[in-house]
Amino acid sequence: MSSEHLRFTGDPALPASEFAVSATDLTKRFGTFTAVDAISFTVRKGEIFGFLGANGAGKTTAIRMFCGLLPPTSGTANVAGYNIRTQSRYIKQTIGYMSQKFSLYEDLTVAQNIEFYGGIYGLTREHIARKTEQLLEELQLQDRRNKLTASLPLGWKQRLALSVSLLHDPSIIFLDEPTGGVDPISRRNFWRIIYEIAGSGKTVFVTTHYMDEAEYCNRLSIMYRGRIIEIGHPGELKERYGLDSMQDIFIHLVGGDIRPENTP
Amino acid sequence: MTPLISVDHFSKSYEEVRAVRDLTFEVNRGELFGLIGPDGAGKTTTMRTLVTLLRPDTGSVTVDGMDVRTRMKDIRAITGYMPQRFSLYPDLSVEQNIRFFADLFAVPREELPARMDRLYRFSRLEAFSRRLAGRLSGGMKQKLALSCTLIHDPVLLVLDEPTTGVDPVSRNEFWEILHELRAQGVTIVVSTPYMDEAMKCDRIVIMHDGASLAQGSPRDLVASMTVPMYALDDRDLVMNFSRIETVPGVRSVQSFGDSLHITSDGDILPERLQSAIGGALGRDVHLRPISPSLEDVFIALIEEGGVHVL
Repeated sequence: MSSEHLRFTGDPALPASEFAVSATDLTKRFGTFTAVDAISFTVRKGEIFGFLGANGAGKTTAIRMFCGLLPPTSGTANVAGYNIRTQSRYIKQTIGYMSQKFSLYEDLTVAQNIEFYGGIYGLTREHIARKTEQLLEELQLQDRRNKLTASLPLGWKQRLALSVSLLHDPSIIFLDEPTGGVDPISRRNFWRIIYEIAGSGKTVFVTTHYMDEAEYCNRLSIMYRGRIIEIGHPGELKERYGLDSMQDIFIHLVGGDIRPENTP
Repeated sequence: MTPLISVDHFSKSYEEVRAVRDLTFEVNRGELFGLIGPDGAGKTTTMRTLVTLLRPDTGSVTVDGMDVRTRMKDIRAITGYMPQRFSLYPDLSVEQNIRFFADLFAVPREELPARMDRLYRFSRLEAFSRRLAGRLSGGMKQKLALSCTLIHDPVLLVLDEPTTGVDPVSRNEFWEILHELRAQGVTIVVSTPYMDEAMKCDRIVIMHDGASLAQGSPRDLVASMTVPMYALDDRDLVMNFSRIETVPGVRSVQSFGDSLHITSDGDILPERLQSAIGGALGRDVHLRPISPSLEDVFIALIEEGGVHVL
C-alpha cells in the first residue's frame, strides 16, 4: 500500500492525540440562525459515539464541519489529529463518511461503485481490484457484482455503502442515520459490523433515530437547538434521570412543546 | 359490517421477482392496520395495489366492495395515499401545497376553509402556513404530506413508512394524529419498520418474502410466543455473543439495547441454562426471565420461521 493518501494517515510524526474528535466552542451560523451553538466535547479513539438529537437540532451541520465540508463561524475542532479550519483536506482523506441517502450510485453496478470510490480515495488499480474481490466476498455479493445497485435490498445497500466508506482504511468513520428505514434484523446485523469496526481500533461516530441503537453506543450526546444538552454513557444517563430507556430520556429532554420547530 | 378491505389470495410478480405471494387479509372499517416486515417483504406492492396503482396477477383485492382492477376511479376518490417519497413542492408554502392538492382532488372552493381549519387543528401547522415546505423539519414535512393526503376527506388512508427518518418525539406526535383520525372513523393502513409503532396498531400482518407469516393484534401475537426467554444484562457481551450461541440448550441469542435476549429449547431448566452459559463464559451470570416483545416475535418468525404463532 503506497497510495498517495497514506502519507497523511499512518505517519507517526503527525500530531498525535488521544481523541478522535475534540470540539471547542464550535459554532455555525447561517445569517441570524445559529445551527450549532458553541458545542464542546471529545470522542476517544476506538469509541462508538452516538450523536443524537431531534430533526433540525444541528447534527448534520456539526458533522459537515467535522468532515471538513463546512467551515465553522467560530470555535474549532480537531478530527483525527487535524484542525478542521486549517487542515480540512487532510481530514477528508483520513475519515470515512456514510449517510443513508447519498452514498451509492444506484445506476452503477455493485463492482463499479467499489471501483469508483476506490478511485476517488486515490487507491491504486491493483489495490482497488484486490479490495473489490475482498468486499464482494465479505458481503457475499459475488453473484450480484454486475447487478445495478438499485436492485439490491435496502439492508444490503447499506452494508455495501458502509464497506465503500471504509475502502481507504480511515481511522474514524461518520455514519449519518445509517440504518434509517431498515428492519430490526438488518439493523442488528449492521451493528455487529459496527462493533467489529470499533474492535479493530477505528472510531465510530454515529447518528440515529432508533433509541435501541443508542443503547449500543459506548457514549452519546443529545443535541437540542444547536447545543449539546447531555452527554454520557447510556447507563449513567439512565441513572441520572431515573429512567429505564434512552427513548424515555430522549423524550424527557427533547419532547414537549418547547421544540424549536413548534415556535414559528 | 363487511370489511373495508378484502385481500384474497393476492399475488404479484415483477419479471422474475415474486413480490407478493398468496396474501390474504382483511381490514375492518375504522381499524388502524399495520403491514410489518423487512425491506422487500412486499409491503409497498400491497399498498400500491390497494390504491389501484398496480393490478393483482392473481387473487382479488377489493376496497369497500369495489375491485381494484375495474373501479380505479371510485377507489381513488375515497382513498388517500402517502407514498414513501411524497412529493411536496419545496418552493411553495405550507398553505399553497395544501391548496394545490385540494385543486388536484377537485375539492369545492367553498368547502376548503373548513377543511383546512380541521387539518391545521390536528397538524398544528397553522402558525407555519406561510413557511416554504422546503424549510420545514422532517417531522413537519410528514405532517404536511399527511394533510395533503387528507384534503379530499378519504375514508381510507394508506401510509407507506410515514415516519422513517423522523425523530422519536415527532414520531410520537405523528401517531397521536393517526389515533385522532381513527377516532373520527378513518380506516388506516400503515407500514413501518418500527416495532414500537406496530404495537400501536389494532391489528397487524407480519410479512416476509411476499407472504404473511402471522396476523392478529400485536398483543395476541406477543402472547402466542411461548418459548421461554431470558435477559442477560451485560454490555460487554451485547455484540460479542458467539460463545453463548453454541451453548447446548440455547436456541437463539439477540442483542436488545444493552442486554441480550436468549431463548432456550424449552426443556432445559433455567438454572441449568444459567450455569451452562456461565461455564462457557468462565464466570457467573444471572439470567432474568422476561416476557417477549413484538420485536422478539418478529425476529423469531423471520429468522427461525418456527415460532408457534396461531
